[in-house]
Amino acid sequence: MAYLELDRVAKQFGAQTVVDDFSLSVGKGEFISFLGPSGCGKTTTLQMIAGFLDPTRGAIRLAGKDLTAIHPAKRGLGIVFQSYALFPHMTAAENVAFGLEMRNVPRNERAERVRAALAMVGLAGYEDRHPRRMSGGQQQRVALARALVIKPSVLLLDEPLSNLDAKLREEMQIELRQIQRTVGTTTILVTHDQNEAMSLSDRIVVMSQGRIEQIGTPQQTYEKPASAFVSQFLGKTNDFAGAIDRTLTPAQLVVGSWSVPAPAGLNGPVTVSIRPERIGFGDAGLSAKIVTRIFQGNHWLFQCESECGPAIVIRQNDGKAQPAEGEAVRLTWRPEDMSVRARAGS
Amino acid sequence: MSMAAEERDARAPWALTAPALMLFVGVLLIPLAMTVMLSFHDWGQYKGIEPVFILKNWHEIATDPYYAEMFWRTFRIAILTTLLTALLGAPEAYILNRMSGRWKSFFLLIILGPLLISVVARTLGWALLFGGNNGLVNKLLMSLGVMRSPIPFMFTETGMVVALAHVMMPFMVLSVWAALQRLDPQIENAAMSLGAGPATIIRRIIMPQIMPGVLSGSIIVFSLSASAFATPAIIGGRRLKVAATLAYDEFLNTLNWPLGAAVATLLLVALVLIVVGSNALIERRYAEVFR
Repeated sequence: MAYLELDRVAKQFGAQTVVDDFSLSVGKGEFISFLGPSGCGKTTTLQMIAGFLDPTRGAIRLAGKDLTAIHPAKRGLGIVFQSYALFPHMTAAENVAFGLEMRNVPRNERAERVRAALAMVGLAGYEDRHPRRMSGGQQQRVALARALVIKPSVLLLDEPLSNLDAKLREEMQIELRQIQRTVGTTTILVTHDQNEAMSLSDRIVVMSQGRIEQIGTPQQTYEKPASAFVSQFLGKTNDFAGAIDRTLTPAQLVVGSWSVPAPAGLNGPVTVSIRPERIGFGDAGLSAKIVTRIFQGNHWLFQCESECGPAIVIRQNDGKAQPAEGEAVRLTWRPEDMSVRARAGS
Repeated sequence: MSMAAEERDARAPWALTAPALMLFVGVLLIPLAMTVMLSFHDWGQYKGIEPVFILKNWHEIATDPYYAEMFWRTFRIAILTTLLTALLGAPEAYILNRMSGRWKSFFLLIILGPLLISVVARTLGWALLFGGNNGLVNKLLMSLGVMRSPIPFMFTETGMVVALAHVMMPFMVLSVWAALQRLDPQIENAAMSLGAGPATIIRRIIMPQIMPGVLSGSIIVFSLSASAFATPAIIGGRRLKVAATLAYDEFLNTLNWPLGAAVATLLLVALVLIVVGSNALIERRYAEVFR
């Protein structure tokens, strides 16, 4: 059942459409990521949910009620900002207590809930610290505690981890996921980091140029990208130009010297996408030459020049001998590992 | 590294700062020391300045209530001017900061523009508008029958405070503006999302964070107002003297340089004490916001 619902939401700044035709329904307790490059409209969408911007068209509903009619201060959403936006003149505890104070929570209960919230994010004992005396990771935790302590109906996270270094970011991702699971708050995360989106979310909304490209689970969006943009944006991918030849019997999908019986539906020129880790070296298939071979510990990365253009191949380091640079190889993959889309032109 | 090189390194900062240091000593420290020394010299109508060491001038300033009144007036005007600029300048800077691009730079120019015009010209503007029966505003109001006599502005403390506040406003706006630039652009949204209304946001979130800017602006405005000369001289004239115009008169009209020097020294010492003291207080009180 839809808890938070966005119905054909659009936002225009002057003549420029920043978000267009955005429809999404979020279930209670779900963790959703808006993923896309900067300027794709993901933050604008988040700000419309938060109420800092009004949608030009469309409706946003929370538990069946029209959210756009409610003042942002009354929406009861928890927001963690990219810059954290902590109040520098207040201690960590005062920061967390602010939302409760605004809700007139009695002093005793307030103190108890602030203590519990700070303990939950692992900051017990930091109550009297001022934000500017804390590290980036600690400030991030205070911001999270401040957003969660008011028991928000929806938690909105605007690139919350982008200011942290790689190692800390990974730690916080795991912790964020655990906290979200424990508290069970419906959460929307805005990010441009595909790994972050994949490791945290139940579903990912991939956006580009103000439009939704695909909505799906991390596996769905990775394995079955709905568009060229999604396959390029989520991880590395190989796009080969191929063709479906229905004059043959049975009809064949041909990519260079690699071919399989054609799938139903499509005809003519197509684009075939295969993830680099799904390509293997075989006796038959797309002929290619290895240009560079890079050892990366748990895997090998091959850059090849194939008859259909450049290709990247990732092979797990299983201890077996791998082809050398300059060697001629045949690239092959299972038909179920590729996705085939119609290609415009010729 | 060789010994010679190390020695050279140690001398380098002194050599590099020497020109500025010499200028500082030559045109500031020496005249200042001479002024302090001058305040202990004797003076007579016919004998002129006598280079002796006596406390006559300081004794006169300490005992004659004329001087107490003068200094009290000086600081009263400076305090009222500071309050007025803070009350008007802080909201002005806040509104300015919320304006969008083109308007923001336009109004910033309007606020800073007066700094390009001489203080004398700006103060004379007030005199043209409110100066006695011939002041433009006074003439207009009287011809309309709104008032019978001109608004008391010239030679009043109110007039001095208003004119000084006008002159000092850019310093306050700039100082608060600088504090506002340090604000997280999302901070108001953050407070709003937690349920705070506009008044609460200003009172609980914005005010405490721009307070250091208001206070440092206040220190600038206070010290400039207390030592201001042109504006009090034009608006207050001889009738309403402040410390700076008093020192000027002692030097150039009475020719009692030692007494003038004592007044100037006292003003300087009082100002330094007030500024350093309040600065220390502010830094301690707002340590967290300054970091």
